[in-house]
Amino acid sequence: MSIAELQAYGYFVLTFLLVVVLYGYIYHLYTKKRDADGVDYESYSNMALKDDIDDAPVSALSDEKVPFEGAKK
Amino acid sequence: MENRPLEYDYTIAKMFMLTTIAFGIVGMLIGVILAFQLAFPGLNLILGDGLAEYTNFSRLRPLHTDAVIFGFTLSGVFATWYYVGQRVLKVSMAESRLLMTLGKLHFWLYVIVVAAAVYSLFAGVTTSKEYAEFEWPIDVGVVVVWVIFGMSMFGLIGIRREKSLYISVWYYIATFLGIAMLYLFNNMEIPTYFVTSPAGESGIGAWYHSVSMYAGTNDALVQWWYGHNAVAFGFTVPIVAMIYYFLPKESGQAIYSYKLSLLSFWGLMFVYLWAGGHHLLYSTVPDWMQTMGSIFSIVLILPSWGSAINMLLTMKGEWQQVAASPLIKFMVLGSTFYMFSTLEGPIQAIKSVNAIAHFTDWIVGHVHDGVLGWVGFMIMASLYHMAPRVFKREIYSKSLMAAQFWIQTLGVVLYFSSMWIAGITQGMMWRAHDEFGNLAYSFIDTVTVLHPYYAIRGVGGLLYLVGFLMFAYNIYKTMSSRPVEERELQSASPMGA
Ligand code: HEM
Ligand code: HEM
Repeated sequence: MSIAELQAYGYFVLTFLLVVVLYGYIYHLYTKKRDADGVDYESYSNMALKDDIDDAPVSALSDEKVPFEGAKK
Repeated sequence: MENRPLEYDYTIAKMFMLTTIAFGIVGMLIGVILAFQLAFPGLNLILGDGLAEYTNFSRLRPLHTDAVIFGFTLSGVFATWYYVGQRVLKVSMAESRLLMTLGKLHFWLYVIVVAAAVYSLFAGVTTSKEYAEFEWPIDVGVVVVWVIFGMSMFGLIGIRREKSLYISVWYYIATFLGIAMLYLFNNMEIPTYFVTSPAGESGIGAWYHSVSMYAGTNDALVQWWYGHNAVAFGFTVPIVAMIYYFLPKESGQAIYSYKLSLLSFWGLMFVYLWAGGHHLLYSTVPDWMQTMGSIFSIVLILPSWGSAINMLLTMKGEWQQVAASPLIKFMVLGSTFYMFSTLEGPIQAIKSVNAIAHFTDWIVGHVHDGVLGWVGFMIMASLYHMAPRVFKREIYSKSLMAAQFWIQTLGVVLYFSSMWIAGITQGMMWRAHDEFGNLAYSFIDTVTVLHPYYAIRGVGGLLYLVGFLMFAYNIYKTMSSRPVEERELQSASPMGA
């Protein structure tokens, strides 16, 4: 087999795998509906809608009660 | 020190807003000049024979493309990043002196590099690779600016309070990584100083000249892998980042389907990189690569429309907002133009269609329904949304914005419709032949026929520029209009009459 043929097969296999992964991801999104932290994917829209500096994060990085000064609850 | 409540710090965003507008005016003005030069060639000598070197079409064309891409569009990307980034990560630039310093450094180095680029292009110094015209010293500057942008971006992400990254941030990160990779690989070049010709001469040309590391077909392949993905990561990905933030925010509506936005993201990343071959149809690159370019171009409709439809559906049940707010109009029409150019592109990528379309004005039409209708509209809309928030004042005039919307929409329509007709006419005339295979027309025949369409395109472009000046004026006046209260800024932007 020439290098060009190898490349072509390699390319096909890679594409195929990526397609499988992508469809797997779609399947995961629509069956699980929540991510590993149990947060509904759709609620992530609130990261944009409630984005004032003293709005509560959708899922805070640290679990401090009051993450920073001036935060309203 | 007084204990003030924490606020987002928009210093850097404001600086980049300024350059977005300034480079927008310069770039589009040159575009309009180019358009009229094509219609009326005498304009090449507009400042007399002595300055013809600087005013001719070929000297100005790369200035147009690079000013609107690396000046206008990139500034818009930076301005919105320094605004959106803080907000969706819920962290202020003011919290880190390092990030503020990086941001300022980012801005000033960027301005210096742009100035150097403009100077060198005017002087006629170019590598003659489209969208990659800068010579190596400027490339080095570009890389430094980009690295600082990256540090500043990941620095902000590093100190965030929100655990997950909002979808727009994904797109901004992809912009950063995509352009870094493309720019580096396509601009691999060797200063001529180090090159020896086959005849044995060395030290050829000025110190700032260089030759590409690739040759022939390889050079073409790398160039269009770059060129196409510059469209992907400059004109699509960061603009999608903008619409995913600004449309929901301005309309107060949650994204129709956040899941769809995630899968369109991966779909787009996966498909875009393989489609560059459609710029090289019927060239010397391997046939399978051309076919692949065509196929992936068609598949690209799906993730593109995935995002665009998601945005239109976000407005579901809220269409009265489109009628009521010129700002929403810009975004909804932007999204529609995005769908339009991502349908047109795949059609042009079909080999038999490309046989007619390639080298013609139809391509230029495709380019500008994308950049004017989608990129330009979204950047202006984003800045309009930001203005009341960064200046804490209402937008100076709603009616001016509405007038601008209609003028520019008319401009875009005139631009692309004239180029469609011109392009297809051109394509058909070039290939027309008699029964013996003799060409039916000479090149100048097509030029004569196309003249009216070039004039119409010039008018369309001029309208768009006029609209852009109205935008600049509106933003300028906003800085001194009525101050607004915090609560007025929740969703729809406050606007004066
Ligand atoms: C599904 C998406 C798209 C596909 C498949 C596509 C396809 C194409 C094709 C086939 C060409 C012509 C190549 C030639 O014959 O010379 C082209 C050129 C171009 N397209 Fe697109 N297009 C898409 C979306 C867009 C968008 C959204 C924009 C801008 C906002 C854009 C900007 C450009 C530019 C700047 C060129 C000209 C490149 C040059 O020759 O200098 N495209 N595109
Ligand atoms: C005032 C509006 C504008 C006018 C009148 C205008 C006009 C032109 C003209 C006459 C050309 C040369 C076409 C040729 O060589 O036949 C051109 C090329 C180009 N313009 Fe514009 N332009 C405008 C705005 C923009 C904007 C805002 C962008 C991007 C954000 C843009 C991106 C481009 C690109 C990428 C090309 C190269 C297309 C190709 O190689 O196929 N233009 N423009």
